[in-house]
Amino acid sequence: MSILQVQNLSKRFGGLVAVDDVSFEVDAGEILSVIGPNGAGKSTLFKLISAFLPPTAGQVLLQGQTISGLAPHRVAQLGVVRTFQETTIFKEMTALENVIIAHHLRSHASLPGFFFNSRQARADEAAFRDSAEEILDYLGLGAVKHELARSLPHGYLRALGIAIGLAAEPKIILLDEPFAGMNPEETDRSIEMVRGIRERGVTVLLVEHDMRAVMRISDRIVVINFGKKIAEGNPRDIQNNDAVIEAYLGREDDEIGL
Amino acid sequence: MKILGVCLLLAVYLIGVPYLWHDSPYHLGVITTASALSLVSLGVWLTFMIGRINIGQGAFALLGGYVMAILTAKAGLSFWLSLPLAGLASALFGVLVGWPILRLRGVYFAMLTLSLTETTRLLALNGGAITDGASGIVNIPVPGELSLFGWVLIPAFDQTNQHLAFFFLAAFLLILGYAVIWRAANSRLGWIFQSLQQNEDLATSIGINIAKYRVIAYAICCAMGGIGGAFFTASQQSIYPSSFVVTDSVYFMLYCFLGGLGYTFGPVVGTFVLFVSFELLHGLQQYQTLLYAVVIIALMLWLPNGLLSLRKVLSAGRQQ
Repeated sequence: MSILQVQNLSKRFGGLVAVDDVSFEVDAGEILSVIGPNGAGKSTLFKLISAFLPPTAGQVLLQGQTISGLAPHRVAQLGVVRTFQETTIFKEMTALENVIIAHHLRSHASLPGFFFNSRQARADEAAFRDSAEEILDYLGLGAVKHELARSLPHGYLRALGIAIGLAAEPKIILLDEPFAGMNPEETDRSIEMVRGIRERGVTVLLVEHDMRAVMRISDRIVVINFGKKIAEGNPRDIQNNDAVIEAYLGREDDEIGL
Repeated sequence: MKILGVCLLLAVYLIGVPYLWHDSPYHLGVITTASALSLVSLGVWLTFMIGRINIGQGAFALLGGYVMAILTAKAGLSFWLSLPLAGLASALFGVLVGWPILRLRGVYFAMLTLSLTETTRLLALNGGAITDGASGIVNIPVPGELSLFGWVLIPAFDQTNQHLAFFFLAAFLLILGYAVIWRAANSRLGWIFQSLQQNEDLATSIGINIAKYRVIAYAICCAMGGIGGAFFTASQQSIYPSSFVVTDSVYFMLYCFLGGLGYTFGPVVGTFVLFVSFELLHGLQQYQTLLYAVVIIALMLWLPNGLLSLRKVLSAGRQQ
């Protein structure tokens, strides 16, 4: 059953068409990757789905409800939460505080409740702390939870970003290049982490450049080039797809130089 | 230990000061003014907390002052009703102005707030019969009696030691304002404000309505500016378009810097230290601003986190 539908999505920046009439569906519980060469429009597509950019045409539906054009915090409330690349964290807070604040959507206390520290507000805080500790442990950050986020090593930052995303209790999480700039060992660990997210019942949509990692982890792959969708299918189909090979490696003729 | 310190500070402030200077209007006046200025800078501190440099607090002090003047001198309303109304009017104006301009950050926001102070001054100057233009509103009555069901809660100020009455009013407003800011900073609201300061994109991605919360912070800030301005209007019984100008807005911001942006108590310390030392150095009047500049530069160099970070710096030095 599809949880997220991308329908005829387009984005134009002046004369440039960054995303051109892209449609696909994400099934509940799957890991779907969007790949494409540099400048293919992956990042724009990512921002369109998370509502950080409004589309020029087309729409995005979450379980039948239109989410494109809403404010990003509304989209997060409905259950589509994006992560960022590693430098986007609350740098002056500890890892634990980063994840506690990310529980914001789960708070039941009212605004005056926050202010006067009502019973509900205190209950919320305690629950958030427990849940944050659980998430950090789950992602292997338990040992560094009291470190200031800005002093964490790079490898941990991406995990922290994912922890922040998970704390918002998404139905579907959008990961922005979770394997970028990683060595094979780190990539292995991150692949385990992404599988772990799915095991928690969260659907994963990721945008990635690293082909090898994507082939290992994805249930299905959508390939875009020059803003257009050129292929969709399981990793094996994609590997043998002529259009994809051409997009990544250039024409065979060019390659040989004929 | 900490509670003891707070009690001692409050005792000196609420008992020591009035006991020592109850018949010295000048000294009492200095403390009263510093208290009210602290209230105004506390508001500015809250906008720092959401990551905005606010050089527009003078506009809201002026607005609160004019609301007070018009309501008491022209409409004949009680001071005790006009004071909260002045705060409310400033908060509403803050929401109206803040909604669009809080989208900006850094120097762009700072520039807009700076011009806001000047705009408000010009509005007051050209307000015709409402603001009485350049001549200002000067026949403002002192606060009258506040009574509830025949019980006199506060006597009319002209029936008592007026300077002492204004001191206690300023002290009450400062303590109340400080309590509000302290709670805001130390509750979930404070975490939300900090998240806005550190990364608005990330905050919005986890479902925080950033537009709403930054307007809330700004509205609280403006309300405190308005109440402070209204207090000055009543205590000086007059207001002019030049009562709060760009220089005042800059000072409110500097008080926060001086005390330390990382401390809720920072703006209070900054205001008192700077304002009181200014009064002490009254003889050096022509060099005051020069001295001021030197102090600020020295502070930026050696104590970039404000006066209150002194203790942290010292204890770190001892450990080494």
